[in-house]
Amino acid sequence: MPEGHTAQHRQVGDVIMKVEDVSLSFGGVRALDNVSFDVREHEILAIIGPNGAGKSSMLNCINGFYHPQEGSIYYKGNRRDTAKTFEAAEEGIARTFQNIALFKGMSTLDNIMTGRNLKMKKHLFWQALYFGPALKEEMEHRAKAEEVIDFLEIEAIRKTPVGRLPYGLQKRVELGRALAAEPDLLLLDEPMAGMNYEEKEDMVRYILDVNDEFGTTIILIEHDMSVVMDISDRVIVLDYGKKLAEGTPDEVKGNQDVIDAYLGVSHD
Amino acid sequence: MFYREAGQFKTSYQDDQAIFPILQDKVAVLALVAFAYVIPFFANEYWLQAILIQFLVFALAAIGLNLLMGYAGQVSLGTGAFMAVGGYACYKLTTNIEGMNVIVAILLSGGITAAVGILFGLPSLRIKGFYLAVATLAAQFFILWLFNKVGWFVNDNPSGTVTAPPREVFGVLVSGAQATPEARYWTCLTFLVIFAWIATNLVRGRIGRSWMAIRDMDIAAEIIGIRPLRTKLTAFAISSFYCGVAGALMVFCWLGSVETEAFDLFNVSFPVLFMIIIGGLGSIGGSILGAAFIVLMPIFLVNFPPMIGIDIATDFQKHIEEIIFGALIIFFLIVEPEGFARLWQILREKLRTWPFPY
Repeated sequence: MPEGHTAQHRQVGDVIMKVEDVSLSFGGVRALDNVSFDVREHEILAIIGPNGAGKSSMLNCINGFYHPQEGSIYYKGNRRDTAKTFEAAEEGIARTFQNIALFKGMSTLDNIMTGRNLKMKKHLFWQALYFGPALKEEMEHRAKAEEVIDFLEIEAIRKTPVGRLPYGLQKRVELGRALAAEPDLLLLDEPMAGMNYEEKEDMVRYILDVNDEFGTTIILIEHDMSVVMDISDRVIVLDYGKKLAEGTPDEVKGNQDVIDAYLGVSHD
Repeated sequence: MFYREAGQFKTSYQDDQAIFPILQDKVAVLALVAFAYVIPFFANEYWLQAILIQFLVFALAAIGLNLLMGYAGQVSLGTGAFMAVGGYACYKLTTNIEGMNVIVAILLSGGITAAVGILFGLPSLRIKGFYLAVATLAAQFFILWLFNKVGWFVNDNPSGTVTAPPREVFGVLVSGAQATPEARYWTCLTFLVIFAWIATNLVRGRIGRSWMAIRDMDIAAEIIGIRPLRTKLTAFAISSFYCGVAGALMVFCWLGSVETEAFDLFNVSFPVLFMIIIGGLGSIGGSILGAAFIVLMPIFLVNFPPMIGIDIATDFQKHIEEIIFGALIIFFLIVEPEGFARLWQILREKLRTWPFPY
């Protein structure tokens, strides 16, 4: 991983999201059990835990894909645990998925342009003519999409249908689609799963740059501990739906519960 | 050799997003449209009346269904019903409102069909795929039953048919039995050209992208802020608008006088579905090619065997036609599920480098 990176030059701000006693069950399985934590502006927060610990469920609750049975989630002062999925996007929450969820039949450019759909407002009538205000709007957003393409260095695959791209690039396009929405809060569900070392390095660089340049708050789920410990400001550890620990990477590393449950170091 | 894009530089995003970014394509399509406009000067009446006008009407309906099925991914078997709504609405509008311009009436009946389409599109939020197809099939049977049952729709005509009244545009008769085939052909062609252009604009803009997003992965689409219900209903509305206009043209410019039977499942809904499957789901040009294929295929099968000296009895011909149709559809589904549009794309890629392999 990029060496010597410290997250000191970013200014971590106030709390923008408050998760309070959230519980979520599927039948008898308690996926989340009284989880509470805060997310602060501009920080990179990592959620770690063994498989089935409830990490993805947590993200799904945050962007409204699941609605927790108990507890509440406040985002920018508004309660949002009962909100609909598309409202999350309107409030500035974007995400990527563990299994790539791109629009396979569309080109890279169209996928990224779709990320900007919410910001396009022109009337159907003008769109039908592809003229006047709609054309102007389309071109403005194309320019924005090109900025994202430039940022992620995917100029060469702009017109390629995403179904034909290799896995690593698809992950990058998916990040691009999320970035195109210019989110305040970005949820990344295992952005580096299945990547080789070089691809991981690239992805880490993009994540840090996003956080640095745009000040985007990032919640990250990742299994690669060296990445997590390197780039995150704070780490939350989940196990069997319960929060085991919370703190800076160093604090979490030293926590005995975490070592028992997750890092797997034997202690005798 | 002739199909090179070298030297055609795009200096703005607008150039890059043009419908035909390559000059040769643009010239070819414009030439084709110009040719279509001069066809009536040398085609005979049988060709215009029985084949070309039919092709134009079905091409428009196929574009409509392709917007819904190919772009938005919502399966529909209600095409015939929506075309019937357009045809009957246009009949009611022109016969009951004095001095109504027939072009305005056709567009308004498209609007009425859009409203009906939204109504029958409502289940699409909950159901997908085959189940949605069955729900739209309900529209097909219910609407045709309603038109047969309620005399108001046919102005209480005891024969139960609607007959297009003669109407003029700029002093030229374009509808009814007295209108010349040329005038009716040009009317349909103009509608097709304009609406194909509009459809292309829609699918390359915001609405088209939200349709394709819903089609490809609805959950991801929702998470980036696309409202599923609104997007699906827009697709149903616009698709039905196209079908409604096609239906109005079918009554007013092609058949002149129809019963509901003309719009039933096997006369309209299935053929239009085959058109977009063979032409290519998710392609406007493909819809037009598919319509041409389905309309011309029977004509070819009727005329070709006598040409090479084989005499086939008419009923046998009809059977052969159905066999070949079925075989072709199976062939296409297996070999090239993306239809003519994809074949054309492959050909273009080969043509770009011809005579070199790459």
